[in-house]
Amino acid sequence: MLSAGLIALIPLLPIFCFVLIALVGKHAFPKFCGMLGTLSILGSFVLSVVVAFQYFFQVGKVNGVYQQLIPIKFEWLQFSPNVSIDMGILLDPISVMMILVVTFISLMVHIYSLGYMKGEERYATYYGFLGLFTFSMLGLVLSSNIFQIYIFWELVGVSSYLLIGFYFDRPSAVAAAKKAFIVTRFADLGFLIGILILAFYSGTLDFQTLITRLTTPTDQLNAITSASFMGMSALMWGLVLVFIGGAGKSAMFPLHIWLPDAMEGPTPVSALIHAATMVVAGVFLVARLFPIYSLSCPSALDVVAYVGIFSSFFAAIIACTQTDIKRVLAYSTMSQIGYMMFALGVSGYGGEHGLGYMASMFHLFTHAMFKALLFLGAGAVIHYVHSNEMKDMGGLRKLMPVTHITFLVACLAIAGIPPFAGFFSKEEILQAAFQSNKLIYVVAVVTAAITAFYMFRLYFSIFWNKSLTPALSKGEGDGHVHHSEGTVSMLMPLVILGALSLIAGFVPFGKLVTSDGKELLTEFHIGFSVAPVLLAAAGIWLAYSFYKKENARPQNMVDSMKRLYKNAYNKFYVDEIYLFITKKVIFNLIGRPAAWFDRNVVDGTMNMIATITEKTSYSIKALQSGKLQQYSIYFFSGVIGFVLLFIYLWK
Amino acid sequence: MNLSLLILVPLLTAIAVLFCSNSTQVKWVSFIGSLGQLGLATYTMFAYMGARTGGNTSQMLFESRYAWYPALGIEYYVGIDGISIAMLMLTAIVVVAGVLVSWNIKRLSKEFFFLLLLLSVGAYGFFISLDLFTMFFFLEVAVIPKFLLIGIWGSGKKEYSAMKLALMLMSGSALVLIGLLCLYFNTTAINGKHTFDLLQIAHQHIPIEAQRFIFPLMFVGFGVFTALFPFHTWVPDGHSSAPTAASMFLAGISMKLGGYGCLRVATYLMPEAAHEYSWIIILLSTIAIIYGAFATLMQTDLKYINAYSSVSHCGFILFGIGMLTQTAITGAVMQMVSHGLMTALFFGAIGMIYERTHTRMVAQLGGLLKAIPFIITVFVIAGLCSLGLPGFSGFVAEMTVFMGAWQRSGMFNHVATVLACASIVVTAVYILRAVGSSVMGPIKNQEFVTIPDARWNEKLASGLLIAGIVVIGIAPFLLNGLILPDTHVIMDNISRGVVGLK
Repeated sequence: MLSAGLIALIPLLPIFCFVLIALVGKHAFPKFCGMLGTLSILGSFVLSVVVAFQYFFQVGKVNGVYQQLIPIKFEWLQFSPNVSIDMGILLDPISVMMILVVTFISLMVHIYSLGYMKGEERYATYYGFLGLFTFSMLGLVLSSNIFQIYIFWELVGVSSYLLIGFYFDRPSAVAAAKKAFIVTRFADLGFLIGILILAFYSGTLDFQTLITRLTTPTDQLNAITSASFMGMSALMWGLVLVFIGGAGKSAMFPLHIWLPDAMEGPTPVSALIHAATMVVAGVFLVARLFPIYSLSCPSALDVVAYVGIFSSFFAAIIACTQTDIKRVLAYSTMSQIGYMMFALGVSGYGGEHGLGYMASMFHLFTHAMFKALLFLGAGAVIHYVHSNEMKDMGGLRKLMPVTHITFLVACLAIAGIPPFAGFFSKEEILQAAFQSNKLIYVVAVVTAAITAFYMFRLYFSIFWNKSLTPALSKGEGDGHVHHSEGTVSMLMPLVILGALSLIAGFVPFGKLVTSDGKELLTEFHIGFSVAPVLLAAAGIWLAYSFYKKENARPQNMVDSMKRLYKNAYNKFYVDEIYLFITKKVIFNLIGRPAAWFDRNVVDGTMNMIATITEKTSYSIKALQSGKLQQYSIYFFSGVIGFVLLFIYLWK
Repeated sequence: MNLSLLILVPLLTAIAVLFCSNSTQVKWVSFIGSLGQLGLATYTMFAYMGARTGGNTSQMLFESRYAWYPALGIEYYVGIDGISIAMLMLTAIVVVAGVLVSWNIKRLSKEFFFLLLLLSVGAYGFFISLDLFTMFFFLEVAVIPKFLLIGIWGSGKKEYSAMKLALMLMSGSALVLIGLLCLYFNTTAINGKHTFDLLQIAHQHIPIEAQRFIFPLMFVGFGVFTALFPFHTWVPDGHSSAPTAASMFLAGISMKLGGYGCLRVATYLMPEAAHEYSWIIILLSTIAIIYGAFATLMQTDLKYINAYSSVSHCGFILFGIGMLTQTAITGAVMQMVSHGLMTALFFGAIGMIYERTHTRMVAQLGGLLKAIPFIITVFVIAGLCSLGLPGFSGFVAEMTVFMGAWQRSGMFNHVATVLACASIVVTAVYILRAVGSSVMGPIKNQEFVTIPDARWNEKLASGLLIAGIVVIGIAPFLLNGLILPDTHVIMDNISRGVVGLK
């Protein structure tokens, strides 16, 4: 096994790079910063590959069970003798799989950005932020302590904020960045309180101890399940609150509203953060605590399942109506993450029952590949057409052959057509759903068909449909030459990811990543796959007939269900509801009165005391007139007063 | 190690400033003096840690005492523990930064720097005193200069603000004085003499009836300094009128005098009363946290934003103390240090922006990131620290308070903790609103395009404060390790007094 120091370098290389760029590189060698960043991620990626190889094939397994290894751990902040935040590295199948995914996608995005971001004014800053993000994400997946994961959780949040707001002179980007941060912050509040509850009852923050104490019958487990508040046990509260944190990051309904807006960031950033890595953090979190969910509180897991399937379906409907290609991809991301969530939700722990868990992780893995590819391909298209809107595109297949083919591969993968990667992971998710919950299964299959439809709607609209795009002909009119579809650094990641989207499905996940670390043999039923694949093919066919060539069918379809279309196009007005709550309710009914109350009532009281004091002193001042006659009157009236008093007392 | 040096160095610097002949000399003398003081404080810290690792377990180190007014048992008695060291370091850093950002003070610069240094003398003296009367003396030394600093060098309705601040703080210290005297006469007389000696009182038992009366006086008295709701209204006006360095001192150091007093004097000496009244403290501080945060949402002036957010953040200090668990108290101390550095940085950055743009209204700023990237980066860092981003000190301090607060069982306490936690969302909203509209977006005013970025003195000041914030944020175990043994001592006293609280 690699030494602990080298493993620690995996997350540390990118942060060194960030610090170097921020302090020196930005001014000293801005042009070289991109290369520096890419090299540092390359280093992390190579180390991750070595670690993964050693973990999976050499040292990870003891008696056929993958172990949790902790090569590094030190006390970072002690709260009380037993409870402390430790900074450590936890290696187990999911974290090793995640560091591979994160460093790999990050590497692809770094390479791609060399071409895509070339000539940007804040090129060096961009690479600095990418380094910061990669560090945070790696720290998150390697966390050995629930508070450590929260720390990195917040850090990925802020790097996402910085990158969404990268074009900070656009008001829309600033607003989107703010929205993303605040919505996820709100969810993180749930996570934080969840941590407080779990830590209070279990007396630890360490993942391993926490899981052991809350899954085996101990005093702690007894205490946390017997304490109840508003009809739910403390454990249920804790787990649901933690899940709310995860749902915020993973854009689950109703906390998804930030994700489509987050597309304001540079497209490679969307590929890295808002498609492949950060948004799956919520899935990862549930997977990390999965034994507790599954063994001690299945009702919390039901919440996960239903939120997941609803988000998946909801997002798929919206995706059909959006016209901004990045927004279509954003909703598709939300939909696919919903898939991963409900797969965890329907799963059991250990053995055969753990199929959903394995499938969820599998889908996370394959999705990272093809979704990053879709975004990078979309980036190339946007780079070429200078627009995000579908109406400005069409007929690009001849002009951008590489992008076209790789995009097609990715679309086939996400639609679940064999033998592309998405097919395998999706089949297993569907199988897991079929075994445990028929309702979820049916909705999931329908969602898969819708997915195929809107992905191919996207594909045909970009690459077929109209023969020449107006923007393009205009560009030629201006004398711009549009012959190249991108630099080598932009095409290379597309090709690599395209190849992986083809073959990633053949990774034997059941042998590597399972809920209990033991091997899970998956059987493959051809018969089972027929229905979903046929439905997906039907979706593709529908998209083909609608969008291959410009025709009136889409419009007729829209007209026939105007209401639904309008609602879906407006994202079911969830944004408006939020806006109403924040702007109208919170600002006007809480913020404004609080500020008014402070200035007028609290401060008014203070001022009133001051005024009264002043007034009193003015009136008393008149007594000290300096006139001798007046004083003698006071004196003699005083004497008479006292005399009367004494006479009265002695009477 | 003679602790009196910590008072003498700034005092001598202040006197030396009076003999300077021009403003350049004044600046440099103040800068060198405060830098020397920072060196001295750092040396003290290392000497302290050396003595502790050397096995010295007495509660206070480097003690020295001289009879000051023997008839009443008033002594000049100083000594330090980890908590005092943390506060000393905070003060020293903020003073250096404050001197640096005041580099361009033209009017009456001699008097300005003299008062700044005098204020710091009060703070240093306060943090090392172990005699209640000496402590009170230094507290007063720290109040008067603020009145003049705001009244003379301030902006806006400065006379009103200066008067308001001085009156409210004076009322606070009047309450403290009454409490102090009551406490004095309730100590066990030895040879017919009562005592002001803090450690001695801690080992005595003050009758619970007396505590019930004295504790509110002390806690509210000190609480006024730390923006205890509803006695916080001097904060927004005082800060917004104060010159930059005075704001930094006020929020960075002065508000911490109160928190320190609430902990070291009120809670430490009267644990039973602290326990009895803890629900009131928790209630008021929770209100301050939430209500301060919501009030901040509506502010449009950067200084008001930071002032109200200080009310909210200082709420965490009193909240932690009120929770009476060791972790929460440790968190409160960390929050004192963290908030001191962070808010000084924030006010410093706001001052730098104001000096260049001549406005602090969020609506009139915009797009400054392009024009003055260094200053804005500092501003954003201060903002991120304020909203509790990991890697900066605010996060560790707040999380320690939350963890500690949750250890105290009871539904009331849990609900209060959840509400306090909820403030992190509101904080994010107002910080990002301020950052979003004042520094991002297109440049609103073309005059901003040509304004100069930070000068060396401003860079040094920000660098120093950021270093403090980042060191605590990345290696919180340093600060935690420094203060943990001493909060343990305080906690021991509390659990000795209150059975069944640990």
